[in-house]
Amino acid sequence: MAKILAVDDSASMRGMVAFTLRSAGYDVSEAENGQLALDAARGSRFDLVLADVNMPVMDGLSMVRELRVLPEYKGVPILMLTTESNTEKKMEGKAAGATGWLVKPFDPEQLLATVRRVLG
Amino acid sequence: MSTVSLAQFHQVFFEESLEGLDVMEAALLALDQGGDAELVHRIFRAAHSIKGGAATFGFPDMAAFTHEAESLLDELRDGRRATDKPIVELLLRTVDCLRGMFDRAQTGQPLADAQSDELRQQLAATVGRTVVAPAGKAAGKSAATSGWVIQFRPHPGMLAGGNDPLRLLRELGELGQLTVEAQLDRLPALDALDPSECHLAWRIELVGAATHEAIAAVFEWVEGECDLSIEPMAQVVTPQPASVVEAVAAPVVQNVAAKAAAGSNDSGSVRVGIDKIDGLIDLVGELVITQAMLDQFREDFDPSRIALLQQGLAQLARHTRTLQENVMGIRMLPIGSVFNRFPRLVRDLTQKLGKQVKLDMIGEHTELDKTVLEKIGDPLVHLVRNAIDHGLEMPDKRRAAGKNETGTLRLEAFHRGGSIVVEIVDDGAGLNRDAIVAKALQKGLIQSAEGLSDDTVNELIFQPGFSTAATTTDLSGRGVGMDVVRRNVTDLGGSVAIKSRLGFGTTFTITLPLTLAIIDGLSAAVGEECYIVPLVSIVESVQLRADAVRSVVGGGELFRFRNEYLPIVRLHEQFGCPGAKQKIEDGLVIVVEADTGRVGLFIDGLIGQQQAVVKSLEANYRRVEGISGATILADGSVALIIDVAGLVRMQSRRKAA
Repeated sequence: MAKILAVDDSASMRGMVAFTLRSAGYDVSEAENGQLALDAARGSRFDLVLADVNMPVMDGLSMVRELRVLPEYKGVPILMLTTESNTEKKMEGKAAGATGWLVKPFDPEQLLATVRRVLG
Repeated sequence: MSTVSLAQFHQVFFEESLEGLDVMEAALLALDQGGDAELVHRIFRAAHSIKGGAATFGFPDMAAFTHEAESLLDELRDGRRATDKPIVELLLRTVDCLRGMFDRAQTGQPLADAQSDELRQQLAATVGRTVVAPAGKAAGKSAATSGWVIQFRPHPGMLAGGNDPLRLLRELGELGQLTVEAQLDRLPALDALDPSECHLAWRIELVGAATHEAIAAVFEWVEGECDLSIEPMAQVVTPQPASVVEAVAAPVVQNVAAKAAAGSNDSGSVRVGIDKIDGLIDLVGELVITQAMLDQFREDFDPSRIALLQQGLAQLARHTRTLQENVMGIRMLPIGSVFNRFPRLVRDLTQKLGKQVKLDMIGEHTELDKTVLEKIGDPLVHLVRNAIDHGLEMPDKRRAAGKNETGTLRLEAFHRGGSIVVEIVDDGAGLNRDAIVAKALQKGLIQSAEGLSDDTVNELIFQPGFSTAATTTDLSGRGVGMDVVRRNVTDLGGSVAIKSRLGFGTTFTITLPLTLAIIDGLSAAVGEECYIVPLVSIVESVQLRADAVRSVVGGGELFRFRNEYLPIVRLHEQFGCPGAKQKIEDGLVIVVEADTGRVGLFIDGLIGQQQAVVKSLEANYRRVEGISGATILADGSVALIIDVAGLVRMQSRRKAA
C-alpha cells in the first residue's frame, strides 16, 4: 500500500489526516514539523507528502524546497494543507515545488478523494 | 463512506488549542514588554492553527471569530501595523474570549455570545473591515455546452513538481467522454531526451455536460506550469438555475458532535511524553524476562539453585519499584502549567493598582502530581494577589524607603527531599506586627501580645476570619482568607510556612508531597490492628516510664518532650481497638508533627517501614476523623492511615473544650 507522510504541528489535524488515511488502508507516518518530516523522508521513501504551511522550527514551504533537492523526491507528489485560500499563497507553494494543495477546512471524504486522485 | 467521525478529535483539538492560547497569551505579554518579531509569528501560528482546527472540526463561529484576529495578526506580521498597547490589549481580550468559546464548546453550548460578537466587530473594524452576515453563496455558474476542446501543453519541468499528466487525463475522463490526441512535435531526438521532463502535448475533446469550472479545477494545480486553453466545442447555451443548496445540514452535525465531545470530557486526560512511555515499555520487557526466569523454578525446583531464585526475586523487586516510580511519573506534570497564568495576572493587577512589579519564575519544569497541580493553583493565585495587593508598595513609597521603584515577586519551585517546595517571595513591606496584633486583639484571637514571638504573631494571619487590610480590595478580598489557603495545602498533605521582615518583604513556603497516591509510612501495631503513620510527620519514637506522664484535669495525659509538654493520644482508645497494651511503659510513643502542633501517639509497638498505596476511605466507606485513608498490607489485610493533622486538630479541640 502507498506510503504517506502527514506533516502538521497540530496534533488534532495530523490525527484526523492520519486516522482517515489509515482507515482507508494507507501506510501513514506522521511528523510534527518540516524538520522532522525531512528526517523521516530521508530515512524512507514516501509516495505522497501532505504538509501544513505554518509550522514551528521549519515551515511547510521550506520543507518542500528541501525535499525537492533530494533526487528521490523529484516528482513525488507533495500537497500543502493550507487555510490560505488566496492565490498568492498557493503560488508560493507552487514556486517552492508543491504539487498542489488542499484547502482547510476539509473533511475526511474530501481528503480521501484528493489522495486517491493523486495516487491513482 | 463516512466511517471517520470528527468528534473523536475534538478532545485533542481542545487541549492543543488551550495550550495554543497559553502560548498566545505568554507571547502577547512578552510583546507588551517589547519583544521581537518571532513572538508575532508564534502568536500568528497559534491563532492560525485554532482557526484551521475550528473550521475542520465543525466550529464555524469560532473559525470566523479567529479569522478576524488572524487578519489583524497578519498585518502585524507583515509590519503593516505597529504592535502597540491597545493592540496587545485587544488581542489579550481575544484570547480570553476564545477560552470562553472553548469552555462552551466542551459543554456543547452555542459558541458565539454578545461579547464575542462585539469583539469580532472590533477586530474587524481595526483591520478596516465590517463583518457582514454570511450570505448564501453567489449563484450562477457558467453555461454548459455539449463539449469542450482542451489544448494542454505541459512545460518541461511540470513532472518535477509531482503532477502526472496521466492523472489529469484520468480526471478529465470522469467528467465526460474523451478523445485524446497526443502531439509529439516537441519530442526531442532519443539522445537528447531527458526522461524526467515532459515533452508531450495533448489535444483533448471532452463530450458531456461538464462546466468550464470543473475542467479548470482539474488543471488548478498546474496553472503556470503548462499552456492551457479550454474552448467550447459548440456554442449551445442552456441557462442554469441558481444553486442555493450548499451547506444546509452543517449546524445540526455540529451540535451532535459537540455533545459527544462534552460527554467524553469528564474523565480528564494526561498528555505523556513518548520517552516516558518508552521507558515503561522497556521496563515491562525486563519484567517479562524476570518472570520467565522465575518460571523455570515452577517446573523443577532444586534447593541448590536457591541463590538463583533469590537473585531473580531481587531483580523482580527492583523492576517493580522502578515500574512503580515510572507509572507514578505519568501523573507528574510540570508546575509551569500553573505558573503560566501569573504573568497575565501580575500584569493586570499592577496596571490596576498603579504598582510596578517584576515577576521572576524559576523551576517551571519541576514536576508535580496532576491532582496536586490542579489543586495548588487557587492557593498560589491567592498568595500572589496578596503579595501584590498588600505586600508590594506603591512606587513612591518604595522610592521613599530607598528601594527600587519596581518591586520583585519571585515564584520558585524545587525539590527538597521527597517533597516539592514552592516559594512566593516578595521584597515588599513585610508583615506589620503591630497591625496584626491590633487585628488579632480586636477579633479576640489573642488576649495579649506580650511574650509572643514574631513567628507566632505571623502565624495569626492563618487564623479563620483574619484580614489585615483596613478595607478589602476587590482583588484579594474575595471572601477567601489565608486560613483557606492553609487548609487547601494541608488537604494535599502539604504545609505553608511564612517568614517576614518588616521593610524587606515576605516569603511563603509551600511544601507539597510528590504524589498523593503512595506514601512512605511506619506500620504500628495497636491491639490486633495495624495503623500506618506517614513518615514525613514522625519526629521521634520514645519509650516512656510511667512516672514521665502527668495526668491533667479533664482526663488528658501529657509528657515532657524536649522543652514542651505534649498531649498523648492513645490510638486504641481513639479508634476502639481491643487487646491493646494499656500501660505506657509497655508500649511506645511516636511523636508526630503537623502544622498546628505536635502530639504523642501511644501504640503497642512498631512493625516496620513500608510504602502504602493510598485508597480512599471516603469513596469506599465514609469519612472518619483522624484517618486519611486505607491501604492493603502484604498479607492482604487492610490498614488505616493516620491523618496526623486531623488528630492534632481533634486534640486541640479537646483541650479548648
